Amino acid sequence: MLIAIILALVVAGSILFHVLSPWWFTPIASNWGYIDDTINLTFWITGAVFAAVVLFMAYCVWRFRHRPGHRAAYEPENKRLETWLAVVTGVGVAAMLAPGLVVWGQYITVPAGAASVEVVGQQWQWAYRLPGKDGRLGVADTRAVSAENPIGIDPNDPAGQDDIVVQGGEIHLPVGKPVALLLRSVDAVHNFFVPEFRAKMDMIPGSVTYYWVTPTRTGTFEVLCAELCGVGHPYMRGTVVVEAEADYQAWLDQQQTFKQLTTPATTSALETRAGARPPL
Amino acid sequence: MVDLTHGGDGHAAGHAGELELYHPTSWVTKYVFSQDAKVIAIQYGTTAMAIGLVALVLSWLMRIQLAYPGALPFIDADRYYQFITMHGMIMVVYLLTAVFLGGFGNYLIPLMLGARDMMFPYLNMLSYWIYLLAVLVLAAGFFVPGGPTGAGWTLYPPQAILANTPGQQWGIIIMLVSLMLFIIGFTMGGLNYVVTVLQGRTKGMTLMRMPLTVWGIFTATVMALLAFPALFVGAVMMLFDRLFGTSFFMPSIIAMGEPLDTAGGSPILFQHLFWFFGHPEVYIVALPAFGIVSDLISTHARKNIFGYRMMVWAIVIIGALSFVVWAHHMYVSGMNPGFGFFFATTTLIIAVPTALKVYNWVLTLWRGDIHFTVPMLFALGFIVTFVNGGLTGLFLGNVVVDVPLSDTMFVVAHFHMVMGVAPILVIFGAIYHWYPKMTGRMLNDAMGKIHFWVTFLGAYAVFFPMHYLGLLGVPRRYFESGDISFVPPSAHTLNEFMTIAALIVGAAQMLFLFNLVWSLRHGKPSGGNPWGATTLEWQTPETPPPHGNWGAERPVVYRWAYDYSVPGMAKDFLAQNDPGPGAAAAAPVGEGAR
Amino acid sequence: MSVILVFLLAVVIVVFAWLVRQGLFSKPWLEVGVAGGVPIVEPSAPKAARVGLAVFLVVVGSLFALTVSAYLMRAGLGDWRPVRLPGILYVNTFTLLVSSLALETARTGARRGDFDSVRTGLIAGGFTALLFLVGQLVAWRQLNEEGYYLASNPANAFFYLVTALHGVHVAGGLVALGRVTGRMLRGAGVAALRTGVGLCATYWHALLLIWLVLLGLLTSWIGDFILICRQLLS
Repeated sequence: MLIAIILALVVAGSILFHVLSPWWFTPIASNWGYIDDTINLTFWITGAVFAAVVLFMAYCVWRFRHRPGHRAAYEPENKRLETWLAVVTGVGVAAMLAPGLVVWGQYITVPAGAASVEVVGQQWQWAYRLPGKDGRLGVADTRAVSAENPIGIDPNDPAGQDDIVVQGGEIHLPVGKPVALLLRSVDAVHNFFVPEFRAKMDMIPGSVTYYWVTPTRTGTFEVLCAELCGVGHPYMRGTVVVEAEADYQAWLDQQQTFKQLTTPATTSALETRAGARPPL
Repeated sequence: MVDLTHGGDGHAAGHAGELELYHPTSWVTKYVFSQDAKVIAIQYGTTAMAIGLVALVLSWLMRIQLAYPGALPFIDADRYYQFITMHGMIMVVYLLTAVFLGGFGNYLIPLMLGARDMMFPYLNMLSYWIYLLAVLVLAAGFFVPGGPTGAGWTLYPPQAILANTPGQQWGIIIMLVSLMLFIIGFTMGGLNYVVTVLQGRTKGMTLMRMPLTVWGIFTATVMALLAFPALFVGAVMMLFDRLFGTSFFMPSIIAMGEPLDTAGGSPILFQHLFWFFGHPEVYIVALPAFGIVSDLISTHARKNIFGYRMMVWAIVIIGALSFVVWAHHMYVSGMNPGFGFFFATTTLIIAVPTALKVYNWVLTLWRGDIHFTVPMLFALGFIVTFVNGGLTGLFLGNVVVDVPLSDTMFVVAHFHMVMGVAPILVIFGAIYHWYPKMTGRMLNDAMGKIHFWVTFLGAYAVFFPMHYLGLLGVPRRYFESGDISFVPPSAHTLNEFMTIAALIVGAAQMLFLFNLVWSLRHGKPSGGNPWGATTLEWQTPETPPPHGNWGAERPVVYRWAYDYSVPGMAKDFLAQNDPGPGAAAAAPVGEGAR
Repeated sequence: MSVILVFLLAVVIVVFAWLVRQGLFSKPWLEVGVAGGVPIVEPSAPKAARVGLAVFLVVVGSLFALTVSAYLMRAGLGDWRPVRLPGILYVNTFTLLVSSLALETARTGARRGDFDSVRTGLIAGGFTALLFLVGQLVAWRQLNEEGYYLASNPANAFFYLVTALHGVHVAGGLVALGRVTGRMLRGAGVAALRTGVGLCATYWHALLLIWLVLLGLLTSWIGDFILICRQLLS
């Protein structure tokens, strides 16, 4: 008796918790609203199944509790019922899977014309690299890493000389433009995760992974590392600033190229534009 | 290749049909170096519970750190990650796998099949002692310089062997060696379980008459035998990387400003090997739980399990399919993203047979005669938590939905619900169910009910709200998460709530342990078959069954395992070895009789 | 991971075929009586040991299939420089073949009740297997002298790993073979040795087969073969 009531209360409590929970997605700031939609769809379907199964069970527990003289029925199987349940379950599963696969197809297909931003993870900080005027990123390799060249750009590759290097964990992105994030790591596995973007991917030392995103609203968002990368893992934070195109250009103009960063300080002072920050 | 030739010689002739049992001659060979599967089962069970207790304490410490950062000054980031690693590994491998297969497998397979013992008793004994050695080696990790490894239970390279990871010096080596020992020991036991099911069944015990418990344990064992080698290979290779500086998994790396000598290795390769073991491992734990819970529900609802054939097929199909879903743990790992389509599809397909099992448990309750015994309560608790955890699996299995949720607390909540809480509720239910057979006494009912309610509701209160932290975006494996910009202060209150609930649930386990010991002496004498169950283990001539189980003659099986409340019978159950009324006329009935 | 998947597919097919024969589709609640429609296998120690060995060999197969999978995946990455195999490997292969044949002689001898061929087979088999292990160690030494160090290239590392894994299995087999030989030397008759000799022979054949596959892998014959097949198909 008691257990039937408590089972029903568990369902009611879970639904209430879901409805009243102040802990929910952060407000989305990217094009991946589809992912939220798929999650919501999944919530509806699974929530209904959970409530149905547990409430039905609670009913059975109450209705068929042991009483003197009561005897169970004898029913080894019921093929029709089982087939029917299998089909309904299959349809429900397909209803969740199909949109999921479609959206996954979009997630892994970078649209033509997306800008590239390289993100480099190292214990326990972020660095970024943008293509310079030539629009291409130079070759990079972990073996080229040194104190002056912390993200390992190949100094012999001409394409890399004008790459813009951003140290210090803050990256700016223009609003409304698709950007492909090329992910690289020089030590452990990291993961570049901005909850408001809904997207993430591990960064594996020795290879380049990617995902893409179109920021849809301006603001400042926190970057978290989402893959255990050592004891400093929780402190591996960064900032993404999404801003209007003009603001973005202003920020971009202040950044330094690889060449500027690696040329000895005396010459670089001559070459540096007024207002630019000194090399880090 | 240990000793398969033993037992295969000499006494083949002369003992037609029956294996010769070894005869213990002293207290030591009877209770310590015993070759009796029932003693080995209890040894497995107690060892697993002892190391599980360590893991429980670790979980308290972690929960306290999460809710009250800094409250326990000895928990720094290093310690926290060591705790997380050891907690995970102990719970998944050394507790759950060992209890279900080493514990219940050893106790129940021979008894339920009407065998006198396992087919290779000596190997079986060896299996336990190697397991014990593996546990001791693992525990030694706490005492070596640098402590146990803090790489996370997945032991992902390169981080697992980087110099600034806690336990890099000794801990990781100890962990890998312990796992290899565990696998060797398990293989010895696993061969036994499989061969006993294949060869040791008594007369009349066809495969389709086996209780679902045996089906679950059998299938899980086959899977474990095939999947554990993946972990073994991965562990050997990582050990090479750590000790000899090879580059199986190690790419070019800058560690603390200095380049390492390694180059070209693939961290993803390890992840493939790990999850090729790791995913079947989930079902290695789940399938025995499925089987046991089916028998608990059927017995305590006095009704045959609904859709027995479907249940068997589902177990076998889940077992086979679980080998082609491993990469759903790696959707955002940087593997070829095209794999996501395949693995999402297989993962969601596996939901169908799993769902059918759930329906059949609930439909077994329908028109049953439900006794609210403690095992039944635990079975009901299992269904609730398993359905909950299984459904959140549909989120994480559906590749794109996994993207925002993976590596967040949602994942932690999901797998604790589905392969932590749910199987452990089954373990408890099974212990309350079979304790009378093991000891001849019932466990105390009042303590059992308190234990159930606190554990079930408490664990649900810990892990259900945890999903919502994950939705918010709180990552898992954060030593502290207080200062994340989007996390509201209310989340901290929630953390405190979960911690308090976890401490209460943990305390309830002490009551359970007390009950186990107390009832040894003070429990109500149970008799041979207190639940009125049909399966063979309840029909032994003596309780607890002595070595050899069956007295002079092994039982003969006349019917399937679920003849409860058969129409026209006075009793509400017919034991499997009960020829039934008009025994002489009980010839096999054809299909048309339906 | 395709190798292990193919291996598992084969296992799954065998298991399903067997299950179907065991009445997987029968309705057990309708069948009351002793037999239940399926013949009962009475347990016997030799049979159980043979089944046990078969299951164990599947586990060993899984271990090596996974190793080969890892090998192929790692070999696909850029820095792989194949090992120039020492010639002694082919001698070792021949030794293992002889060892396997010797044990087969012992097995057929045991069936016929011919004690002499059992003794010859066991001793020759054990000796040649030992020789194989020594030969593998010589191969390791030669490679080391030629500068193929364990850590200098993944191809070398895999060579040592694969041969070590295989060698450990041979060594384990030698322990079992040693026990059987020991019983023989203590005067056990042919009948008492039959099961043990048979099991050892089966195990030896399996290890020979695995070694041939590994050799094909290390010499990249298998790789070339797959490449040719692909070209023919496309």
